[in-house]
Amino acid sequence: MRLAAFDEMLPEVSGLRRPYSAYDRWLKEQDPARLTEKMQDAERVFRKTGITFAVYGEQEASERLIPFDIVPRIISGNEWRRLTQGIEQRVQALNAFLDDIYHRQEILRAGRVPRELIARNEAFLPEMIGVRPPAGVYTHIIGVDIVRISEDEFYVLEDNARTPSGVSYMLENRETMMQLFPELFQKIKVRPVENYPQLLRQSLAAVRPQSTKGAPTIAVLTPGSFNSAYFEHAFLADQMGVQLVEGQDLRVVDGHVAMRTTEGYKQIDVLYRRVDDSFLDPLTFRPDSALGIPGIMDVYRAGNITIANAPGTGIADDKAIYSYMPEIIEFYTGRKAILGNIPTWRCSEPDSLKYVLEHIDELVIKEVHGSGGYGMLVGPAATKKECETFAKKLAAKPSNYIAQPTLALSTCPILTEKGLAPRHVDLRPYVLVSDRIQIVPGGLTRVALKEGSLVVNSSQGGGTKDTWVLDD
Amino acid sequence: MLLGRTANGLYWMNRYIERAENMARLVDAGLRMALTRTQSASEEWNSVLLSAGSDATFSQKYSDYTAANVADFLLRDTSNPSSTMSSIETARNNARMVRTALTRETWESINEAWMSLKRMLARPIDERDLPTVLDAIKRETALIRGSFYGTMLRNEIFDFSQLGTYVERADNTARILDVKYYVLLPSISWVGSTLDNYQWESILRSVSAHRSYRWVYDADYKPANIADYLILNVRMPRSLTFCYRFLSEHLKFLGDDYGERHACHATADKTQAMLRAGSIKDIFDAGLHEFLASFIRDNTKLGDEIAQDYRFN
Repeated sequence: MRLAAFDEMLPEVSGLRRPYSAYDRWLKEQDPARLTEKMQDAERVFRKTGITFAVYGEQEASERLIPFDIVPRIISGNEWRRLTQGIEQRVQALNAFLDDIYHRQEILRAGRVPRELIARNEAFLPEMIGVRPPAGVYTHIIGVDIVRISEDEFYVLEDNARTPSGVSYMLENRETMMQLFPELFQKIKVRPVENYPQLLRQSLAAVRPQSTKGAPTIAVLTPGSFNSAYFEHAFLADQMGVQLVEGQDLRVVDGHVAMRTTEGYKQIDVLYRRVDDSFLDPLTFRPDSALGIPGIMDVYRAGNITIANAPGTGIADDKAIYSYMPEIIEFYTGRKAILGNIPTWRCSEPDSLKYVLEHIDELVIKEVHGSGGYGMLVGPAATKKECETFAKKLAAKPSNYIAQPTLALSTCPILTEKGLAPRHVDLRPYVLVSDRIQIVPGGLTRVALKEGSLVVNSSQGGGTKDTWVLDD
Repeated sequence: MLLGRTANGLYWMNRYIERAENMARLVDAGLRMALTRTQSASEEWNSVLLSAGSDATFSQKYSDYTAANVADFLLRDTSNPSSTMSSIETARNNARMVRTALTRETWESINEAWMSLKRMLARPIDERDLPTVLDAIKRETALIRGSFYGTMLRNEIFDFSQLGTYVERADNTARILDVKYYVLLPSISWVGSTLDNYQWESILRSVSAHRSYRWVYDADYKPANIADYLILNVRMPRSLTFCYRFLSEHLKFLGDDYGERHACHATADKTQAMLRAGSIKDIFDAGLHEFLASFIRDNTKLGDEIAQDYRFN
């Protein structure tokens, strides 16, 4: 499959784009052999530091590297300003929606979002009804997946309002690029991303429970060292200078969550959890969970701990809700969405289902609750047989799926053995919400390394690039 | 203040790094003995396994005490939880778990040791390559130790790590002595036979002390001096007294930092006092084997108490 895609460095119509001009000049002076060497250096750096991720279902290669490409993805200052306005608006709306949905549910009363979409949704936690999180923030750390299809068209592909991952790659990619090509950063003014951990820490401290005396104790909760994102959990705890805890380290003591230390139990005020809702509290959710803390929800309801992100935020980034985001943004901010949504067919609606089944070979079809690129069909890339099999699954449980047009995602060059070659990319900027909204200039650029592929997920052969926002 | 689980991870990470290296040293000493004394090589390999505490598990798997079998079992067999490969793997898993407590240099040296040994020990070791492999193991663990000492802050993280190192090391030295205690017993003649000389050198070699011994004592090996060196010498980095000097010191730091003394403090201080006051003559008079057996018991008890007092388990 070949889509005429917009290349962010060298669009066919206009030649080299401005944000890339200084980089292109530098690149032309480089010896290709040296670049290949640098590419191998990069892999060594990653393996040495142990920046690996686990791939589920692959016993053999239980630790793998996410491939890194050394050509940066470059965004101009102007483009970035536009993006941040759209992201801020969206994140405000997400938090307002969550507050509303767990309290007065005005958006349902107004009929802008169908009631049954909430009531029958597993991501909606009835336990959160009427609970007001400390500082009123529900989703503190958000990754907004953005795709581009032309010079001026950016779309939000997905909101990640639960426990978005990948920020450690944003930081390590920059670190690696600065090690490999220090001279580039002297020539080109790139806005820094390094202070993300400090911002995260300040942001978490700012949403501490009201009752906290003195500086809050913050901890990162990980499912453990066998989790696929463990590296990131450890990395963030380390960079923030806070404890990395597991469920087994924690228990409820005198109405507070406390960790077991060499000096006895010590209270925790803010928990940045990287454990899913259903595992958080075996007394409230899954009783078989060994990853959580029995009774933490009682402490939470009493206002004695901040859980970031709050339980139940999944209702805001659910793929079925996604299609209503334009309405949601308008409802809470009073303005049209600055960043558009990709047109989405909800297969639960009979007309849409009919259309999707008829055009299955043109569409991308996703599971409503799926993530990580699993369980999806890219129609134009699939065989006839794959389409037929998928159509059966779809017809059996339509409400489980949404469909979107196959977009020609923009491309950005990667370095291959034969020189530069365009590959499709997306972008995940990271947003921090406390008493303010902060967006680190940059993000994680994911790139589909296979020629023509549109799937950028690391579990499906995707790689990453350093993302530069120019200080221009 | 540390998480109990973190203190536990640091402690075991260091015990296993120490163990990984000790296995290589034991095989090294065994190899030397086997090369110099071909007749009863299997006996020597047997005592190597006894010193490693792995004799029982070995004999479930093998019937012959050959260099190839023992080296394979002690260095690369992952079904032996104490083999160098298993130890490095366990050390790295613990390091991964406590990564936030380690400097980047320390973590990377452990991770690199794991990667390079995994590669090196993936296939059975050709006997001709054994010396190279043993050197590589010692070099990797030396690099870990170097990064660790060179970059870690001397705080409680350092203390718990050192407790692991010295508890393991004291156990190792005591076991090596206990397996060979009979060759160290005073005999009528002051000069040992050639056979005895090999045995004595082997003991020193298994704690990497065959050269430094000569700097401290005479050029001749004397059982009383060897025992004195490995048990009572304050300056010899693998002697029992040296280990306890540091165990007591790090426990004292922890006690002062936390403002609380526990059962483990008393146990360590008692052993240290006993070692300080003792002379090698007293030890021999009371029975070397009895002394070592009771030392090993107390050392194990200390490990358990540390875990309990600092909420490891």
